Amino acid sequence: MTEPIAIAPTPEDPPLSPENAAVLVQLTRKDFVSDQEVRWCPGCGDYSILAQTQKVMPDFGFPKENIVFISGIGCSGRLPYYMNTYGFHTIHGRAPTIATGLKAARPDLMVWVITGDGDALSIGGNHILHSMRRNVDIKVVMFNNRIYGLTKGQASPTSEFGKVTKSTPAGTIDHPISPLSVALAAEASFIARSVDTHTEHLQATLNRVGWHHGSAFVEVLQNCNIFNDGAYREFTDREVREDRMLVLEHGKPMIFGKDRDRGLRLNGHQPEVVRLGENGMSEADLLIHDETDPLIAFMLSRIFWPEFPVPVGVIRDVRLPTHDELMTAQVEAAVAQRGVGDIHALLTGSETWLVE
Amino acid sequence: MTTTIKRPVEVLELDRVTIRFAGDSGDGMQLTGTQFTRTAAVFGNDISTLPDFPAEIRAPAGSLPGVSGFQLSFSSSDIHTPGDQPDVLVAMNPAALKSNLGDLPPGGALIVNEDAFTPGNLNKVGYASNPLVDGSLSSWNLFAIPIGALNSRALEGLGLTSKQVDLTKNFFALGLMFWLYERSMEPTIKWIDDKFGKRPVIAESNRRALKAGYAFGETTEMFHTTYRVPAAHLPPGTYRNITGNEAAALGFVVAGQKAGRNLFYGSYPITPASDILHQLATYKNFGVKTFQAEDEIAAIGSAIGASYGGALGMTGTSGPGIALKSEAINLAVMVELPLIVIDVQRAGPSTGMPTKTEQADLLQVLYGRNGDSPIAVVAPATPAECFDLAFEAVRLALKYMTPVVYLSDAFLATGAEPWRLPDVDSLADISVANRTERAGFHPYDRDPVTLARPWAVPGTAGLEHRIGGLEKADISGNVSYDPDNHHLMQTLRAAKIAGIANDIPDLEVFGPAQGDLMILGWGSTYGSIRSAVERLQADGHAVAHAHLRHLNPFPNNTGAVLAGYRRVLIPELNLGQLLLLIRARYLVDAVGYDRVRGKPFRIAEIVAEAERLLAEN
Ligand SMILES: Cc1ncc(C[n+]2csc(CCOP(=O)(O)OP(=O)(O)O)c2C)c(N)n1
Ligand code: SF4
Ligand SMILES: [Mg+2]
Repeated sequence: MTEPIAIAPTPEDPPLSPENAAVLVQLTRKDFVSDQEVRWCPGCGDYSILAQTQKVMPDFGFPKENIVFISGIGCSGRLPYYMNTYGFHTIHGRAPTIATGLKAARPDLMVWVITGDGDALSIGGNHILHSMRRNVDIKVVMFNNRIYGLTKGQASPTSEFGKVTKSTPAGTIDHPISPLSVALAAEASFIARSVDTHTEHLQATLNRVGWHHGSAFVEVLQNCNIFNDGAYREFTDREVREDRMLVLEHGKPMIFGKDRDRGLRLNGHQPEVVRLGENGMSEADLLIHDETDPLIAFMLSRIFWPEFPVPVGVIRDVRLPTHDELMTAQVEAAVAQRGVGDIHALLTGSETWLVE
Repeated sequence: MTTTIKRPVEVLELDRVTIRFAGDSGDGMQLTGTQFTRTAAVFGNDISTLPDFPAEIRAPAGSLPGVSGFQLSFSSSDIHTPGDQPDVLVAMNPAALKSNLGDLPPGGALIVNEDAFTPGNLNKVGYASNPLVDGSLSSWNLFAIPIGALNSRALEGLGLTSKQVDLTKNFFALGLMFWLYERSMEPTIKWIDDKFGKRPVIAESNRRALKAGYAFGETTEMFHTTYRVPAAHLPPGTYRNITGNEAAALGFVVAGQKAGRNLFYGSYPITPASDILHQLATYKNFGVKTFQAEDEIAAIGSAIGASYGGALGMTGTSGPGIALKSEAINLAVMVELPLIVIDVQRAGPSTGMPTKTEQADLLQVLYGRNGDSPIAVVAPATPAECFDLAFEAVRLALKYMTPVVYLSDAFLATGAEPWRLPDVDSLADISVANRTERAGFHPYDRDPVTLARPWAVPGTAGLEHRIGGLEKADISGNVSYDPDNHHLMQTLRAAKIAGIANDIPDLEVFGPAQGDLMILGWGSTYGSIRSAVERLQADGHAVAHAHLRHLNPFPNNTGAVLAGYRRVLIPELNLGQLLLLIRARYLVDAVGYDRVRGKPFRIAEIVAEAERLLAEN
C-alpha cells in the first residue's frame, strides 16, 4: 500500500485540477478497497459502479483521508462501506444535507454522495433540488434502477408509467420524472449520464465528475437483476448499444451508430434523428454538443429510447462559485470589515451599566 | 416650544411597578416596551418582561387579533416574573382596551389614547357605546388623553405626512410614562439619534413626540402623583439587558470559542426560534457559519455533517421542527457525534399558537423517536440563564459525543432581564481532542469514564472508517445484526447518558431541606414558582423550591431531595410531563398543577394551589 502523504490541500490551492494531481499522492485502486465483504445480489449493476469508482479514485491524486463517501438508504447506500475512505451511511434521502454541512465546515474535503432513484428523487427530492441550486461542491452519483431495490421491488419515481410492481399490481399511475431534467431545473453545474455495464464510459464520466467544482449530478443507469431485470437492455446490450445510445462529446457533432452514420439535428424546435448522406444530410447539419448551453442540455434530458438514442456522457459542465466558496468569502469579508471577533465586546453589547 | 411650569406633584415611592403597553400591531408597542425596559434597566432596577405579540404580521388595523402587548415589571428588589397583573395599562385603541382590560385589577391606572375611540374603531371590536364616556370604566383610574391630537400639534412644522406623525404617537405615550415614573429620556434620545441619525426629520419627530409626552405629564392637571422605584440591590458587576434568545446565541458562540471549534448553525425559520439564526448570522467574524436550510431535516442534516467534519454542529427550531428532525436526531445518537438541538417551545400541538409559550415538548425530545434513544436534555430557567445552559449543552455534547437538546420556550426567548456579564476568561475550557493516533484506533472504542467514542474526523490519515445508522458492532463499529451486540450497544448508549449525572451539579433546594411541600419545576416557570415560594415562606409555611436544569439525566440527588417533603407539587405549562417522569422514576406521589393558556403562570395561582395542598392532610 502506498503511504499517503498528509497534505491537506487548501481552498486557495485547488487540488481538484489535473495540473495539481501530480503534486499530491500516488495511490492505486487497491488503496480504495475496504476490508468489508460486498453484499449486493450477485449480478447486480452496483458491483460495476463500485469497481469503476475505486478505479478512478487514484486519478485525482487526492489523499484518501480527504475523501468522504456519504450515502442515503437503499442498495446503493451500502457503497461507502466498501470504499476505504471516510464514509457515512446516513438516513433515507438526506445524504445531500449531511454533505452540505460537511462541505461547509470542511471545504478541503472531496465529498461524494451515493444515492438511488427513490432516495434522491422521492424522499430526498427536496434536498437534491436545494443542494444543486446552491452549487454545493458535492458529487452526487444516483444509481437509477427504476425500482426500489432494498425494499424488494416497489415502483420508484423513475419507473415507467403503467409499470406493474408489488405495490402497483394494476400498473403505476404515476408519471416518471427525468432525473437529468430535474438536475437541470435545479441549476446543477454539472450533469452527466452513464451506464453500469459501460465500464470505460462510466470511468471516464466519474473522472469528469471528480474534477468538477460545484454540484455534480450523474445518473448511472443500473440494472437491478432481481426486481427490474433488463430495464435498459434494449439499448445497453453490447450488440445494439452503439446504435441506440448517443455518446456526447463537447464541441463535437452528435453522431451515433455502429457505422457512425446517424446523427441528431434540430428541425425547427424539435430534435430529429437523421441519416448522414440521406436527403442531403451531412455532419454540418447536426447539433454540436455544448456543455455550457442549458437549452441543449434540456433537450438532451428529454429524449430517450425508443423514440431517440439515449444520450450518455457529460450534458452540462459550467464553473460557478460554490456554496462553500461563497460562505467562506462572507466569513472572510466579515473579518476584513470588523476584524476577528472579540468575545468581550460581543458580550458587552451596546449598552451596559455598572452595579457597585 | 414654551418652557413648561413645574407643578407641585406628590412623589410616591414604590417597590415595584408593572406596566402593560397595548396597541395595534402598527402602533410600535414592542419598541415602546423595550425602550422603557432599557431605561429602567440602565437606571438599575431589576426587570422582567413579557412581550405578547400576535402571530399575524399585519392583522387588520384596529382589530382584536391585531393587538400587540408588552408587559414589564421593574423593581427595587429582586424580581422573578413580569408580574401577574399590570398596575398600569396603556391602551392605544379600543381593541387594546377590550382585550387587556380583564387583566387590570380594579383601581389600576388606565391610560387611554382617546383619539382612537372613534365610532368606526369602537364598532370594529363590538363596543356599542364609548367606554370612555359611558361609565363602564368607573372601577379603574381612567386617564383619557387625546394622544394623537397632542402629538400632531407637537410635530407641526416638520412637514411630515399624517401617517408619519401617527407612527410617533407611541413615543408620546412613552414620554408620558417616563415622566410618571421619573425616568430619564436620555437613553431613548440616544437610541433615536443612533437609529435615525441619517434621517434628521424622522429623528426630530421622534424626539419631539417623546418630549411632548413628558411635558404633557408635567403641565397637565390630570396627574397628581409621580412614582419612584429606586434602584435594586443587584450583585456588583457589569450588567446589560438581555432576552433568552440573545443570551443563548452568545452562550453558543462563547462555548464554541472555549471549545476551540467553529460553530455551524443549520436552521429553518420558525417562531420563536428564528432570532437565534438571525443573531448568529451576524457573527461571521467569530468564524460562525450559518445556513438557512430548505427544511428542518436539511437543517439538522447539515449540522450533523458539520459535526462529522469536526465543527460544533448545531440546529435550532421549535416543536413542529423537532418532529421533523427526530429521525436525524436518532442518526446522531447512533453515530455518536456531538450535536446541539435547540427547541424553543411554543404552544402546540401542530401549528398551535406560534407566538405563545408552553413547555409541552419535554416528552417529545426525550421519547419522540424510534427505538430506545437516550439523549441529554438541558433547560434554562431564566432569560439570563440561557447563556449558561447553552454553554452547558455544548460542554456535554463534546465530552460525551452525543446530541444534547437545549429546551427553551417562547417566554424565555423573548422575555428580558438584567444580565450580569460573565467573566469569559474564567469560563471552563471545554475543548476535546480529535483522535489522531492510529495505533489501537477503533471507531466504537470508548473512553472508560465518559463512554464517549473517539472523534476521528475526515482528513485524519490512517483513521479512515465508516459510520452510519445501522447498528454497530461494539468497538469495531462494523455493521452488526448480532442479537447480543445490539443489547450491549443499547445499554452502552443508555449508560453513557445516565453517567452524565455524575458530572452535573446537585439539585439545589431553596428553603427547608425537610418540610410540608416541595414545589419542583423546570424551565421558564422558575420566576413564578420562586416568587410563590417566597410568599409562602413569608407566611410561615415549610415550603421549598427546587428547579431542574438537567432533564436527562436528572441530578443524582433528585430522589433524595423529593423524599424530604410531605407533598410534592409540580407546576408545568403542559398537562403533566415532568410529573409523569418524576412519578415513574422516583415513585413519589407528586401532584401536578397544569395551565396551558400560552402564558406564564401567575404567582397567585401557584400560591393558591400550594395553600390548597398544605391545607389537605
Ligand atoms: C424513513 C424511511 N422510510 C423508508 C425506508 C425504507 N426504504 C429503504 S430503501 C428504500 C427505497 C430505496 O430505493 P432506491 O433509492 O431506488 O434504492 P435502491 O435500493 O433501488 O438502490 C426505502 C423505501 C427507510 N429506510 N427509511
Ligand atoms: S435488489 Fe437489485 S439493486 Fe439491490 S442488490 Fe439486489 S440486484 Fe442490486
Ligand atoms: Mg432504486
